[in-house]
Amino acid sequence: MFSTFDPLQGKRLTIMNESGEIVAPEWMPKLPDDKIVDAYKTMLYARIGDLKAVSYQRQGRLYTLPTNIGQEAAAVGSALALEKTDWMVPAYRELGAWLVKGATMRDYFFYFGGSEEGSRYPDGTRLLPVSVPITSQLTHAVGIGFASNYKGEKDVVITYFGDGGSSQGDFHEALNWAAVFSCPTIFFCNNNGYAISLPREKQTKSKTIAQKAIAYDMPGIQIDGNDLFAVYRATSEAVKYARDGNGPVLIEAITYRLGAHTTSDDPSRYRSAEEEKEWEAKDPLLRLRVWLEKKGLWDDAKEKDYSEEATSDIESQFAEFEQYKATPIEDIFKYTFEEMPDSLKEQMIEVRNHVNRMGG
Amino acid sequence: MAVMNLVQAINSALDLKLADDKNIVLFGEDAGFEGGVFRVTDGLQEKYGEKRVFDTPLAESVLIGAGIGMAVNGLRPICEIQFSGFMYPAFNQIISHVSRMRTRTRGMFSVPMVIRAPYGGGIRALEHHSESTEAIYGHIPGLKVVIPSTPYDAKGLLISAIEDNDPVLFLEPKKIYRAIKQDVPEEIYRIKIGKASVLQQGEQLTIVAYGAMSRVVQQAIQHAKKDGYSIELIDLRTIYPFDKQTIVESIRKTGRLLVVHEAARTFGVAAELMAIANEEAFLHLEAPPARVTGYDTVIPLPKGEDFYFPDAARVYEAIKKTIKF
Ligand SMILES: Cc1ncc(C[n+]2csc(CCOP(=O)(O)OP(=O)(O)O)c2C)c(N)n1
Repeated sequence: MFSTFDPLQGKRLTIMNESGEIVAPEWMPKLPDDKIVDAYKTMLYARIGDLKAVSYQRQGRLYTLPTNIGQEAAAVGSALALEKTDWMVPAYRELGAWLVKGATMRDYFFYFGGSEEGSRYPDGTRLLPVSVPITSQLTHAVGIGFASNYKGEKDVVITYFGDGGSSQGDFHEALNWAAVFSCPTIFFCNNNGYAISLPREKQTKSKTIAQKAIAYDMPGIQIDGNDLFAVYRATSEAVKYARDGNGPVLIEAITYRLGAHTTSDDPSRYRSAEEEKEWEAKDPLLRLRVWLEKKGLWDDAKEKDYSEEATSDIESQFAEFEQYKATPIEDIFKYTFEEMPDSLKEQMIEVRNHVNRMGG
Repeated sequence: MAVMNLVQAINSALDLKLADDKNIVLFGEDAGFEGGVFRVTDGLQEKYGEKRVFDTPLAESVLIGAGIGMAVNGLRPICEIQFSGFMYPAFNQIISHVSRMRTRTRGMFSVPMVIRAPYGGGIRALEHHSESTEAIYGHIPGLKVVIPSTPYDAKGLLISAIEDNDPVLFLEPKKIYRAIKQDVPEEIYRIKIGKASVLQQGEQLTIVAYGAMSRVVQQAIQHAKKDGYSIELIDLRTIYPFDKQTIVESIRKTGRLLVVHEAARTFGVAAELMAIANEEAFLHLEAPPARVTGYDTVIPLPKGEDFYFPDAARVYEAIKKTIKF
């Protein structure tokens, strides 16, 4: 697959087009129908979760958060290609992928509601926390892959970043290391067209981000990131390639952030309404739904039922989060080191005494 | 027991721990085949193989960043940065991730990593090869910073650092890499991180020093003794978390504090220890806490460096001034 879709020749993998038609049946992944329905449900769940989070933020019940709308196929499709024992190293805009990996909306609400508890995922979840310093996390994924090789294990690791992130030094350092040590690391770029306000064209002179792989002698492929089948198929190929001991792969998924960069951003300052309309028509959920409906696997009633089910589940997780009022003082101190040094103990007592005096 | 210099003692610690724990990997620029530019890791690749002791591409950010991933996935990385002056490309990884992973994940992930780097000046080196930046790292929550000043301490502290489940920055005073020889046990032993050592007992003045400055201060004390002064010398050994108790008890006894470091003065380690003297021993003080340090300038190239680094004469002046205050 990687030699067929040479980014230097302007090739891009699309399996299902914007109208939900299969245009490259030879690449169609062999997924059972129920798995595809599940994938759609997860995308829908992530969409509802994302929209809910934005609305809670607007109501002042969560803090600043990124939006995910429009990028659900890239997130969910790539994560579904992993085994439970594989690792995931996120950036911050892959909600659907984290949900597949085992995080919950409760975790999401805690994190963006202002508590580190949101990064303590259910035990054994091989998911690293959100990484805010752009692209720094790619190096961690390289090390995880290195350790996997070292221990003779077959676990691979996927890491996410944006088109803007591809300009960082860590991107190049990480790809180079991964190639030198043949780390089973999949670099998954969500090229959503913008890094906050900066359009992709101004980010790099390269025609594609995928082609940057060539310099490191690893496969690079550009795919339609709003096509669940292309995302799943390409990531599965990359996972197999890495698991078989061939080293890293770079995937560039072309997608679009339909929402704002974060809840503090106003995209109308840097992009046109026409452009947004154009991409609304390419919505990853819409086209998969059309495909499912044509196959008789989905309909309006199912959409309505599942949306209601997801909404009430998400609301109850939010209610659980809202029970949490403030971080226990001890928690602020006790995870700095395995054992608290005396100086931290003294400072912890100092805060506690102060709060007690203030009647807190 | 064997007679070892600092380089040999560090090598011995690495050797014993590599033998002891299969999850330990050691890597850095020229740290594998070459044994490091100071030969600190000499012979280790030969003994433990390229899989465990290896050279990395010339890129410090991923050197540390990959170490984070290794640590998260069950290994115990020992990363060598060739000179502390070249740690800055990895600074983002150290400050944003190495030191925070435990807090950020509420203990789900931690980074049991040792970052070793030669530091400090006085060896007539090129620019960027004489830096003394321990205070920068001491200021980062979640990071331990250790500086040995003798072969014995270096080995015991490094073994503790390797066994620590939190990240430890281990700065090696390169000026004295081969300057001191000492009897050092050949087997594994540990020196507790966070514990200072009292090198000399005395009544009139407490001097705190570390790294290459410990030796400079000892020379100054030789002179001062001839003048009849009684001085207590504390080797700090750990910059963070430092041994407040030992320092405060000593100041309460002597009533005076002098801190000596080669790093720049402002916001340095001395400033912190002087603040501690004020906070914890104010009513015992007979003289204002004092310091002898490098200056707030870029470290001069060799033709100027003798003016910069504290020497025994400068320390001796400060001893007299503080005791006679
Ligand atoms: C090192 C660093 N510089 C700047 C920022 C501020 N910042 C946050 S997101 C962002 C844009 C990132 O764009 P991209 O990598 O394309 O990902 P996207 O947000 O579009 O998913 C910037 C500049 C940061 N978080 N980290």
